[in-house]
Amino acid sequence: MKRITVDPITRLEGHGKIEIFLDKAGDVANVYFQVPELRGFEKFCEGHPVEELPRITTRICGVCPEAHHMASAKACDAVYGVEIPSAGRKIRELMYSAFYVTDHATHFYILGGPDFVVGPEADPAQRNILGVIAKVGKEAGLKVINARHALHSVIKMLGGRTVHPVNALPGGVSKSINEEERQQIEAVAKEAVDFGQWSLKLFDDIVLANKQYVDLILSDAYAHQTYSIGTVDENNHINCYDGQLRVVDQQGKEFAKFWAADYQKHLEEHVEPWTYLKFPYLKKVGWKGLQDGPDSGVYKATPLSRLNAAEGMATPIAQEHYQRFYDTLGGKPVHATLATHWARLIELMYAAERMMELVQDPEITSPQVRTVPTETPREGVGQVEAPRGTLIHHYITDENGIVEKVNLIVGTTNNNAAICMSLKKAAQGVIKKGQKVSQGLLNLVEMAFRAYDPCLACATHSLPGQMPLTVEIRDHRRRLVETISRS
Amino acid sequence: MAKLKVALYWAASCGGCEISILDIGAKILEFVEGADIVFWPAAMDFKYADVEAMEDDSIDVTLFNGAIRTQENEDVAKLLRKKSKVLVAYGSCAYEGCIPGLANVTDRKGIFERAYGTTPTTKNPKNVRPQTTTKVPEGELHLPEFYDTVKTLAQTVDVDYFVPGCPPTGEKTWEVLQAVLAGQLPEKGSVVGAGVKTVCDECPRTKNEKRIKEFYRPHLKIPEPDTCLLEQGIFCAGFATRDGCGAQCIQVNMPCRGCYGPPPQVIDQGAKMVSALGSIIDAEDPEEINRILDQIPNPISYFYRFGLPLSILRRRIMK
Repeated sequence: MKRITVDPITRLEGHGKIEIFLDKAGDVANVYFQVPELRGFEKFCEGHPVEELPRITTRICGVCPEAHHMASAKACDAVYGVEIPSAGRKIRELMYSAFYVTDHATHFYILGGPDFVVGPEADPAQRNILGVIAKVGKEAGLKVINARHALHSVIKMLGGRTVHPVNALPGGVSKSINEEERQQIEAVAKEAVDFGQWSLKLFDDIVLANKQYVDLILSDAYAHQTYSIGTVDENNHINCYDGQLRVVDQQGKEFAKFWAADYQKHLEEHVEPWTYLKFPYLKKVGWKGLQDGPDSGVYKATPLSRLNAAEGMATPIAQEHYQRFYDTLGGKPVHATLATHWARLIELMYAAERMMELVQDPEITSPQVRTVPTETPREGVGQVEAPRGTLIHHYITDENGIVEKVNLIVGTTNNNAAICMSLKKAAQGVIKKGQKVSQGLLNLVEMAFRAYDPCLACATHSLPGQMPLTVEIRDHRRRLVETISRS
Repeated sequence: MAKLKVALYWAASCGGCEISILDIGAKILEFVEGADIVFWPAAMDFKYADVEAMEDDSIDVTLFNGAIRTQENEDVAKLLRKKSKVLVAYGSCAYEGCIPGLANVTDRKGIFERAYGTTPTTKNPKNVRPQTTTKVPEGELHLPEFYDTVKTLAQTVDVDYFVPGCPPTGEKTWEVLQAVLAGQLPEKGSVVGAGVKTVCDECPRTKNEKRIKEFYRPHLKIPEPDTCLLEQGIFCAGFATRDGCGAQCIQVNMPCRGCYGPPPQVIDQGAKMVSALGSIIDAEDPEEINRILDQIPNPISYFYRFGLPLSILRRRIMK
């Protein structure tokens, strides 16, 4: 059997490898998406004081440390049974919203966007952020860089650091903000709202105005009928910091709605010997292997699935775009994986607007931002929507708050099965017998995983590594015929 | 003058080091005017085969972040060493093992048991574990071996420079990149991108004599805003940590946990903390001293948070 290996897969956070097997005729027989890393947080966090976990689990991922920091702090609140002051909660969500804008921007402009802005089959040396800048102009490039920079300065002001913030702790946050700081954050929030609108316009001009791209997004090679999961508020609108988890089926009908504390009733994880990454699935449906449809427990937890799992956005500009998204793509739900890029920008817009709402809240400068816990610690679950999918931290401690057990279900891990399936389908769609497999074609395959913005650093908390891609092509006798890289 | 060839790589780490490079903001454009990035998997489409095809020593500088946790990490470290004139251990993981190195209190078996066995959501009736080789209907699939012990980069290959920090700050990263561009790196083996004192020297809080009768865990005490945290009984590792970060955690009322590693002349950061504790505990009676020391909930967590693989302890003894 002919075999194509892409190693490492690139423009993602973490390590990964794709193995494509071709049959005798030269068509795609099967595709394996392997994650070659693991670090073991679920084991080595045992024995640490629980209040230190918001500062340890951030190192699961340096791209989304804020997500782990918040999920961990919320788990600690639950461990201690402590109600945090309203202003403390708002500061957490304010920081989280600033983070969401910058994180989604990182993906769109640096990781996933180059495929569209520079072109999916462009010269690989140009298919990156520098190529994006060459295409859209240095001024526009600087706009992206400066927006990220300003948002990181807000994260530093609130959390102490631009990467791995430290301010959230059991009972609230360690620092309040004064009026002067509030005004600085408000100025950045205003820029963020402008930046969101500008990014959506850019997406319109470059992607939606190009029929070839729209056809690519809507093509069957990039679609899967899976369940969708996301966190919603009391109006079933998206909320990234807090709310209930809502699962909708392939038609968009509500399948389940639950608080994260009940996650064990709804989620289970499957193990395969050929990858370090586990495969979560809906427990009530069951694991049926890598397949879609209502009988398979495979679900997706992405910006696209959050849009599908919600009934709207809680802020006005984002809501407008939410409507337009479904109007343009043929109604709810949307299963086109590549539409995730658009959904991500709509969430970016929401996070910017939410940041503005919070920073204008009169309570935000209150000095009452933390409560010292008094209850005996025991067990708690904390959950947020990480940019790459729902994130759950579950801790059990002794009566002194020393960690005994940790379980983590992490953003990208949720999507492991869906990513595997998307890669296979994309490979079958673009690789045809007798046709030379070019780097451009392989990039069209990689685009299938890049839409998920996979963070294999996160996903492999229990394992370690980086996610570049190699394709090995093996013939039907399993001999390595060709290894394709992007040179 | 030919442009410098620079590579960036991410082994067993979180990716924060890569983000810290982006944190230099618009200066990244200035940097790429003077340097070509020839390998950077997180942001660019070059593959291992591209690196293998390069001449030895053809990369001028490689910034390597991440610890050595798997066979793949080790292989790429050796490959990049061969291809690079200058190899920099960038960030705490490559330099001293960092948070992934906390796994040295356990081993592969312990980690696999938890991750693939006993975690409550894992359903694994056949007790499957990831294998380095798996036969599937279409052929064989391979995974890199997962080691028992996390090692630093310098415990694996020869390293020219060390940049501390988890992650290094954007400002310090820019200083290092400027030195790279200007060809002004100091003597081999130096720590670059950090100071030569301790975090206390850059901390704005007022310091008096430290006499500690009680330790408090950070969530159980709201500290006074302007006084040294350690004096208030909140254990802070600033006195045993190299400066360079700007005391950033302390600025938001949280204690230092030591991510910039040991200060100059200190071999073992944790041992330095332990010896200092002896002089600041305000008690004579051995029982009273023990009572106060028992308030430190986990010595590894407080003293070796970032540097267990580099320390004299290295790891828990393997049976």
